[in-house]
Amino acid sequence: MTFRSILFRDPGDRPSGGQTGAPNFFVDLNLDQIVAAIIAGKEEYDLAPFFHAPLRNLEAIEFRHDIMRDLEQPELFNHIGAFARNMRAVRDHFAQAGKLRHRLQQQAWFLDAADIYCDAVMKLLKDMCSISLNSYGLRAFLDHLADYAGAAAFRSLFQQVKQLKADLAAIRYGTLIQGTRVDVRLYEGEPDYSAEVLATFERFRQGEAQGYKFDFSEPAEVNHIEAQILDRVALLYPELFGELGRFCADMADFRDQTLVAFDREIQFYVAYLAYIGPLRERGLSFCYPQATAERGEIYDYEAFDLALAGRLAERHQTPVCNEFHLRGPERIIVVSGPNQGGKTTFARMFGQLHYLAALGCPIPGRSARLTLADRLFTHFERRENMGDLRGKLQDDLVRIHGILDAATPRSVIVMNEIFSSTALQDAIVLGKKVAAEIMQLDLYCVWVTFIDELASLGQKTVSMTSTVVPDSPAERTYKILRRPADGLAYAMSIAEKYRLTRDMIIERIPS
Amino acid sequence: MKAHLLHRDSEFDWRPPLEEAALREAARNGRRNQTRTCDPQRGLPWNAETLTADLALRTLFETMAQDDDCVFEVSRRVVLGGVSGDIDTIRYRQAVLQDCLAHPAVIRELYTVAVEATAEQQRHYLGSFFARYPDAVLRHGIDLLSAMLGLLRKLRRIADAQAGNFTSEGATKFFAMLQRDLDDEYLMRVQRDLDELKLREGVLLSAALGKGNRGANYVLRRFPQRPMNWWRRLADALDRLVLRCRERIEVCPARLRPQASPVYSFALHPRDEAGARALAELRNRGIALVADALAQSADHVRDFFGMLQAELAFYVGCLNLREALGRKGEPICMPVPAPADEQRLAVRGLYDVCLTIKLDRRAVGNDMAGDGKRLVVVTGANTGGKSTFLRSLGLAQLMMQAGMFVGAEEFRASLASGVFTHYKREEDAGMKSGKLDEELSRMSEIVDHLRPGGLLLLNESFAATNEREGSEVARQIMTALLDKQIRIVCVTHLYELSRGFLERDADGTLFLRAERDRTFKLLEGDPLPTSYGEDLYRDIFGDRLSRQVDLPAAAQ
Repeated sequence: MTFRSILFRDPGDRPSGGQTGAPNFFVDLNLDQIVAAIIAGKEEYDLAPFFHAPLRNLEAIEFRHDIMRDLEQPELFNHIGAFARNMRAVRDHFAQAGKLRHRLQQQAWFLDAADIYCDAVMKLLKDMCSISLNSYGLRAFLDHLADYAGAAAFRSLFQQVKQLKADLAAIRYGTLIQGTRVDVRLYEGEPDYSAEVLATFERFRQGEAQGYKFDFSEPAEVNHIEAQILDRVALLYPELFGELGRFCADMADFRDQTLVAFDREIQFYVAYLAYIGPLRERGLSFCYPQATAERGEIYDYEAFDLALAGRLAERHQTPVCNEFHLRGPERIIVVSGPNQGGKTTFARMFGQLHYLAALGCPIPGRSARLTLADRLFTHFERRENMGDLRGKLQDDLVRIHGILDAATPRSVIVMNEIFSSTALQDAIVLGKKVAAEIMQLDLYCVWVTFIDELASLGQKTVSMTSTVVPDSPAERTYKILRRPADGLAYAMSIAEKYRLTRDMIIERIPS
Repeated sequence: MKAHLLHRDSEFDWRPPLEEAALREAARNGRRNQTRTCDPQRGLPWNAETLTADLALRTLFETMAQDDDCVFEVSRRVVLGGVSGDIDTIRYRQAVLQDCLAHPAVIRELYTVAVEATAEQQRHYLGSFFARYPDAVLRHGIDLLSAMLGLLRKLRRIADAQAGNFTSEGATKFFAMLQRDLDDEYLMRVQRDLDELKLREGVLLSAALGKGNRGANYVLRRFPQRPMNWWRRLADALDRLVLRCRERIEVCPARLRPQASPVYSFALHPRDEAGARALAELRNRGIALVADALAQSADHVRDFFGMLQAELAFYVGCLNLREALGRKGEPICMPVPAPADEQRLAVRGLYDVCLTIKLDRRAVGNDMAGDGKRLVVVTGANTGGKSTFLRSLGLAQLMMQAGMFVGAEEFRASLASGVFTHYKREEDAGMKSGKLDEELSRMSEIVDHLRPGGLLLLNESFAATNEREGSEVARQIMTALLDKQIRIVCVTHLYELSRGFLERDADGTLFLRAERDRTFKLLEGDPLPTSYGEDLYRDIFGDRLSRQVDLPAAAQ
């Protein structure tokens, strides 16, 4: 097998160069927050484009799932982390070599870069061989790595680097400072003064002495005294420094470009796993969703809003989990119920789950089956645009029209409180019309609305409501449960709390 | 180099007392704050505070210290931390102490040298600012060690003069150690090292190439010893002059090469200030290791004197105490320790050392033949000397276990695995729990720490409730402890309790009774149902205030 990329099994899956930037719905679904948190600290890899490009076919998703599963083994995850640190060190060494002025210093940093690179390659090969890999992607990569590391070019690089490093490390020179004069010569084996001093007074030792630590600033660059000494050390070892110079001139960039690409692309998986790791430790579940192109059944149990989970984790809290399960002809989840009860979060979650599934990532939930959407549409309330002459209702209708025009039966739509800026009767009529269109398309949809009537339009709609704590209606459970839309249940409980039910009022008002 | 004056084979834990002493001294003199590095409770038993209060030990420590903080802290730890079950160490210390009592001036002189060393350390204080510079640390180390060298010579002179006069194993080994480890050759080597470390000949470093080919691992090297004659010096100086004039890289003239390898030299331009700083830093890098080594060496020498001061302090304390008791004409004796399981407790003329120091007259001595008795029950008249006796017993036990002499004409006792006191306490207004509750909670704490072979001193425990209940509580506790091989000396007014032991365990129990005549003498005698409390009442209030008169008394 020929290895091309760790992210795309088929080069055709790779998004065309033209598409950059986040999809339209990113902000609505808080996916922008999720991706920002995932790639934070990994700016050097430029991972955002990978998170902006959902996959289009099931094989591509399977390909990533397998790799992700392999990487969930802590050993492999750590090995990749070590490789990434080494490759970063190589880049840092190149950068440092570029900044230094003294030629012998540049050469030393360049040599170190090569040394770290050689070790990184050998270590990665050894590490990956010690682990059972199940994914096609990583096995293909390992084949490539083994071929590369066994080839003559790499062998030769390796030997040269090790020889030069060993020779440089063996250098010992003496410096004699007398007033303003400095002699540089070979070290002649004179005895260590401090060892002798310690030996002299050892007999008084009653225990550990604290010892003095002197801090010297350790800049990378030599000062001009050190530079003059270094020049003379090179004179003491002319052959070695000649070889070092030739090595640096011959090897412009010694890195394998396939490895360099791997180093970047594997970070897609690493970053995602690193992000969800702490959430898992908090007891939240993630699973590999079964992706399907067919209608019929979708579900996810113990799901949650990943963006919210990330924010709550900072405060050592976890979000409330929710579930949905659509069977047979069921297509549209109509979410109603008390405000601040988690309706919008539920809708966002639904969209996130589908998007993350299309990236080939494990998603929030214990067990999930989701449709592989060709496109994802969101319709969330916008702030009124002063420059725009259209009214809010008009804007709603224009946007929903655009969505319904572009959507196919394989699309997924998430709608949040449309038609809130018109009379209830208008809203009911308009809502029913849009619902009919959606049912016609037969696509999966979550629709958050205050219009109870939409919840019972037929067998394609499923009603779910946000809930309150029965004894204390002001408290939200953030549970969205599948049950008939009944605005009264909530209203009545509040009324009871204030003793304003019919019976109570009759009782309270003296006759 | 260990003094080993307190233990044959191990060291006394000298750091905590020395640190506490320094803190006390600093607090008294308002000097800069010293930081605490040791746990102040280290080496002290958990009930140190209780023992100190119940046995009035502070008076003992103050008498031993005579205002010397170090002696105070060391004595406190040696007495409270005493040894348990180690008769050998007690005899070892007793022998050293006998030597010290015979030659007090020598011990005091040695102690003075150690104190001088501490004073010298304070004089040569290196501020934290200079502690960052290797050259400053090195210079400080040389100065300090030069001063210490003088004191080491003093120690050696004392050892030479006095070694023959001491006979105990501890003292003999101590002087032999000084003579062996501070021999002439060694003292000369120290002198030479300190001279050479002034680095008058320049600084010779070895180095390797570190990250980015920067010099690293600088190590100061000792010059090969090679004498220079006058013409070599002259030629050398001429060559340097030439070099300085040219100020260029130049191969050193062949004559100056110490060995076969080439030498490449350069000289700093006289106006190159940045270069001068860089060169000074390089020099500092080179001497960093040796400065650290010398500073550590100075610390070692400081610790040696600290250790010496602490071990001597205990014996100085004993000398001070002996002198104080001698002025009162009180007798002292070396106690005879017996193994813990032998149940020995026989005393003659036992008095309370702390009490006699506070009194104008001599304290009353008591006799007791308690061999084979697990329990001593003291009953009798109020202020008849019961508490004093209990205290003198606990005190003597602690002093014996520390290796000291005791305040008695004769004292023979089994070692205790621990000494514990449980005294009646004043009621604490702030306490939530009741008095019996508090007493039992303290007893429970003691039980947590008690082991077979322990010695428990009870002073009017469990009198907080009525006699029947108190007796029953005490009885249950005491019989359980006695079964666990714990010796108990118990002062009590609980007649029910003492009568119970009289009826059930008269053989294993010694009953002492304080007499009504206030001689403060305790005599063997069975408990009586009264403690003559009314005697005291009458004494204080006078007969006229007493309306209720004992019928038998009235009949008389």
